[in-house]
Amino acid sequence: MAEERLKIEVKNLNFYYGNVLALKNINLTFMDKFVTAIIGPSGCGKSTFLRTLNRMHELYPDQRVEGEALLEGQNIFLLDAMELRSRIGMVFQRPNPFSKSIFENVAFGPRIRGEKSMSVLSGIVEDSLKKAGLWDEVKDKLKESAYALSGGQQQRLCIARALAVNPEVLLFDEPTSALDPIATAKIEELIVQLKKIVTIIIVTHNMQQAARISDNTIFMMLGEIIETGPTDKIFTTPKEKLTEDYITGRFG
Amino acid sequence: MTNMIRSLFKRPGDSIMVSLTFIATLIILAILGVILGTITIIGAPNVTIDFLIKSPEAGMTEGGIFPAILGTTLLVIIMSIMGLPIGLITAVFLHEYAGEKSRLANIVRFAVNNLAGVPAIVYGIFGLSFFIFFVGAQIDNIFYGGSLKWGKPALIWASATMALLTLPVVIVSVEEALRTVTQDEREAAYALGATHWEVVYRVVIPKALGGILTGGILAVSRGAGEVAPVLFTGAAYFLPELPKSLSDQFMEMGYHIFVMSTQSHDVDATKPIQFATTLVLLLLTFSLNFVAVLLRRRIRITRR
Repeated sequence: MAEERLKIEVKNLNFYYGNVLALKNINLTFMDKFVTAIIGPSGCGKSTFLRTLNRMHELYPDQRVEGEALLEGQNIFLLDAMELRSRIGMVFQRPNPFSKSIFENVAFGPRIRGEKSMSVLSGIVEDSLKKAGLWDEVKDKLKESAYALSGGQQQRLCIARALAVNPEVLLFDEPTSALDPIATAKIEELIVQLKKIVTIIIVTHNMQQAARISDNTIFMMLGEIIETGPTDKIFTTPKEKLTEDYITGRFG
Repeated sequence: MTNMIRSLFKRPGDSIMVSLTFIATLIILAILGVILGTITIIGAPNVTIDFLIKSPEAGMTEGGIFPAILGTTLLVIIMSIMGLPIGLITAVFLHEYAGEKSRLANIVRFAVNNLAGVPAIVYGIFGLSFFIFFVGAQIDNIFYGGSLKWGKPALIWASATMALLTLPVVIVSVEEALRTVTQDEREAAYALGATHWEVVYRVVIPKALGGILTGGILAVSRGAGEVAPVLFTGAAYFLPELPKSLSDQFMEMGYHIFVMSTQSHDVDATKPIQFATTLVLLLLTFSLNFVAVLLRRRIRITRR
């Protein structure tokens, strides 16, 4: 592993749905070019936390954040949201391609940033699809609808689409929960590949997945951080009783 | 299939209900069949090429209905140019920009729903008093020194009135179309750094385009079949010449049918032409609705 460098630092972060406190005093660090997994039982706030990092919560008026999250030392909540979201990309739980061609799906991000040259766009599309391991499967049908692809392919297309704007960080919100085991394995392989170029934060409720692909793991429960640390430590010698109970399947 | 039908009649309660719904369906089909059958049988022999391209002759007992076809066509085109953009923008505002709890949006929705229930003749009276006696008359006063140019029934005022009538249809169906675009797709675009407007313009509207077009077509076919709104606002009993400007009056198919069946000096002699005109009008609205159905089917296929 290369030298460890801090990428994102979260300080005293609280999150409210209306008046309900959903995340309590979150303090976390994320290392550059690491895969960090966030695990925890359903409803523990792991997806909520992930969505604050690219400020998706701001689309919903009753959701509110307090505290700081620093990306390379800059407070995320003070940056321009559109600019921030091109630096911190996101892949969602269900594959959500646009009802456009495969090409236009990947070209969407560069296009809204004003890129008009077809040769530049073609280059970006090819490069992104290659990074997402999808190029060989779709290179002859770039003009076809994205809906013609299988679920796993659609999810990799969404990854290519996110990569097309050169993000520094990629957030994955349970990216394989709607996929079969083979498609899941491909996505997991891809995530391990991608950490060479981006910092990855992945929310999952599949503990084996966290164990397989992540360098660090964060365990959350009821809106609080219970334990954080290197993945092998968390899964072999957890410090907290709650963590041990969860990963050994005593509840979940 | 026969098994299915037999199982429907197994229980006594079921068999009564099934029979009742079956009879009700038959009655509806029979009524529709009789209406369409009569119109087709009497009308069809008279729908010739000449009928479609000639003007009425001999006090409407002979000749064709070309001026009425042209008038109806112009009416729906101008109506669409006026009404569709307003309807589209309103629906986009209601669904994409106004929040769920927005008071303004709820007032607009309330107004739209009420407008949809207003009888067509009320639109006609409104068009006459607002567009002609107010807007048109003011234009004449200001620009034409009081001489009568716009302050009278005209193609543009009839189109404007018709646009008002079809506005609720457009707004409701466009909003329906926008609703089919999932939050997942919107979030995908936001997550790539799109602004609110870019999400609407590059993701939501392209995805909803089929539904939006369907709404437009349904509005047009509704407009093409209405008579009351144009009664006082622009349709003429008979015109020797075709309309040349927006301030001219025009002939309209629905109104032409009404005129022939009630105002003609020899109503009986116009009967074959009445039926033929009705058939042409029906074919026009049916084919518009058919296109709308095809469009909707296409969207359903392309949607996940």
